[in-house]
Amino acid sequence: MSNTIVKMLSDTLAGFGAATWFFFRILGQLPQALLRPRLIVHQVHNAGALSLVIIMTCGLFVGMVLGLQGFDMLARFGSESALGSAAALALVKELGPVVAALLFAGRAGTALASEIGLMRATDQLVAMEVMAVDPFRYVVAPRFLGGIIALPLLTMIFIAIGIFGVQLIGVQQLGVDQGTFWSQMRGSVEIEDIMEGLIKGCVFGVACSLIAVYEGFTAAPTAEGVGRATTRTVVNSAVMTLILDYMITAIML
Amino acid sequence: MQSSRATEIVTGAFVLFGFAALFFLVTQITNKDFSAGSSGGYILIANYQNVGSLKVGAPVSMSGVTVGRVEEITYDQQQYRAVVKMRINGSFDRIPEDSDASIMTAGLLGGQYISVTAGGSDQFFKSGGQFMVVQDALVLENLINKLAASFSAK
Amino acid sequence: MTSDRPKTFNLVEISDVHYSIGGRDIFKGLTLEIPRGKITAIMGPSGTGKTTLLRLITGQIRPSRGKVWVDGQDVSRLSRQELYLLRQQIGMLFQNGALLTDLSVFENVAFPVREHTDLPEALIRHLVLTKLQAVGLRGAHRLMPHELSGGMARRVALARAMVRDPDLLIYDEPFAGLDPISMGVILRLLRKVNDALGITSIVVSHDVDEIALVADHSYILAGGKVVASGSPKALKNDQSALVRQFMNGLPDGPVPFHYPAPDYYSDLLD
Repeated sequence: MSNTIVKMLSDTLAGFGAATWFFFRILGQLPQALLRPRLIVHQVHNAGALSLVIIMTCGLFVGMVLGLQGFDMLARFGSESALGSAAALALVKELGPVVAALLFAGRAGTALASEIGLMRATDQLVAMEVMAVDPFRYVVAPRFLGGIIALPLLTMIFIAIGIFGVQLIGVQQLGVDQGTFWSQMRGSVEIEDIMEGLIKGCVFGVACSLIAVYEGFTAAPTAEGVGRATTRTVVNSAVMTLILDYMITAIML
Repeated sequence: MQSSRATEIVTGAFVLFGFAALFFLVTQITNKDFSAGSSGGYILIANYQNVGSLKVGAPVSMSGVTVGRVEEITYDQQQYRAVVKMRINGSFDRIPEDSDASIMTAGLLGGQYISVTAGGSDQFFKSGGQFMVVQDALVLENLINKLAASFSAK
Repeated sequence: MTSDRPKTFNLVEISDVHYSIGGRDIFKGLTLEIPRGKITAIMGPSGTGKTTLLRLITGQIRPSRGKVWVDGQDVSRLSRQELYLLRQQIGMLFQNGALLTDLSVFENVAFPVREHTDLPEALIRHLVLTKLQAVGLRGAHRLMPHELSGGMARRVALARAMVRDPDLLIYDEPFAGLDPISMGVILRLLRKVNDALGITSIVVSHDVDEIALVADHSYILAGGKVVASGSPKALKNDQSALVRQFMNGLPDGPVPFHYPAPDYYSDLLD
């Protein structure tokens, strides 16, 4: 029993260590990867533009739910007018970055992991090695960068659409005064709050992208291995996002 | 990479969209324009017995419209009064000199702000002008004490 | 390669190499030589580490003992950069082609050129189309890898492997899973490329008859060592039991048909 716990702990530690090494190898290749903007553009497209529909849809509905629930809760204290600021703060500081990161892990992270895993399974990575092309430079670093660029942007889009959703329910449907809604929001949301959301988006972008490319790159070269890599990408990204979210919030509050 | 041009266009649109969202958030849901323009506008001063929980950055509003921000709250040891310095947006330059500045509370539990009610004078405030008529913050304990006193007097 | 080193007679020399994965010994004192300008075949039953040998030669793995010399350089001592320089002189054809799936046929062949040189676009085009013409797929240069058959993919991979005129071309199971026509095409290309470009070729395969047609020299590996070597014809007439079993495809012999197991009858009675 204690043996399995020790083994689990050492496995986790080893995973952390390997991922950190992996991270430094990517950093080492970043200058050369930056010389190929087209590859990065391609990956921003894959990770970002292709996730846009799911991010916007979910943002809208999260905002609408927030409108309904927030209105109901605030109405119990007779302060429906605070809906704008309450919902905006919740979206900007927490819901936006976290939900966007979880969706990103599910949409873009799995795509990255399975793509790189398949390249491993079909010898493409080894072929590059033999052609004296470092796969870190050509495959890993551009995908990692693409993810880092895409997630903060997706986060901002998610928040903006979410606020639109809140407004749709709160103002258009439940009759919160339009002016009160916006002025309350403006009165309570500070530029620092948006920075907090942006910083979270960037940190989650690094974490989720790193996990995705790491899991894909180290996947066993079989169908089963690629499948396992995608599963682990989603699970690890979600756990890591929530842990980091706590840490950043604790630091920034 | 056959459709690399289309990819680039879509990516460009996506990035622009993202930055537009960020721009929207910064300009539309915060009071960025006032806090950033902290060197613009002009200064008005009001002295209070008690500012309650008024905070630096609280809005200064006229008829509910935010016209400025509280910039500094200090204590004057000569007069034993709180001195509130507020920065008014330069476009609101017709505030009569006999206006009054009251500290109000937004909602039952909301934060406090300064509400300026326009007077009737033809003279308008210049930078550094001081409100003559002010009304202190309403402190709940004082209110309750007053109420209790008036009840026991009956 | 570089002029400051004297050209050795053998392009690749492997001496007394030991290697094991996960406690299983793959090589136990492997020694062989690949002469320049010839087609050398490496044969052997499955699981004898033929692919591992290729990974040793290209420096993807290092032997636990012994030396691997390629063009006069000790592969296991090279730094990452030196290794990459060496690999630029090596072309490799993978079993399934290993084309990059997100690039077209043209871009796949152009890939090594673009990565390692700054040639103008017109020259790259010329170079790529010449190589594609050589493998008969110039007309397919716009296709994506998923639109190719197995044989076509392998020919594109061959064009890619030779696009930078390497000194050494390595073929990993070039005939596996091909129809007779594609197989014939690859066979003819193999000979033609070797002779026309004056390069050295290593072919790993267990297709005895095809190898006999092209190889100048063959090695048969078994049990982590070279068990026989010589021209294909000489090997055909070799009298050792293992070589005869392998060359003639006999089911049982020194390489047993059965995986090691306890006695059949006592197993059934359990």
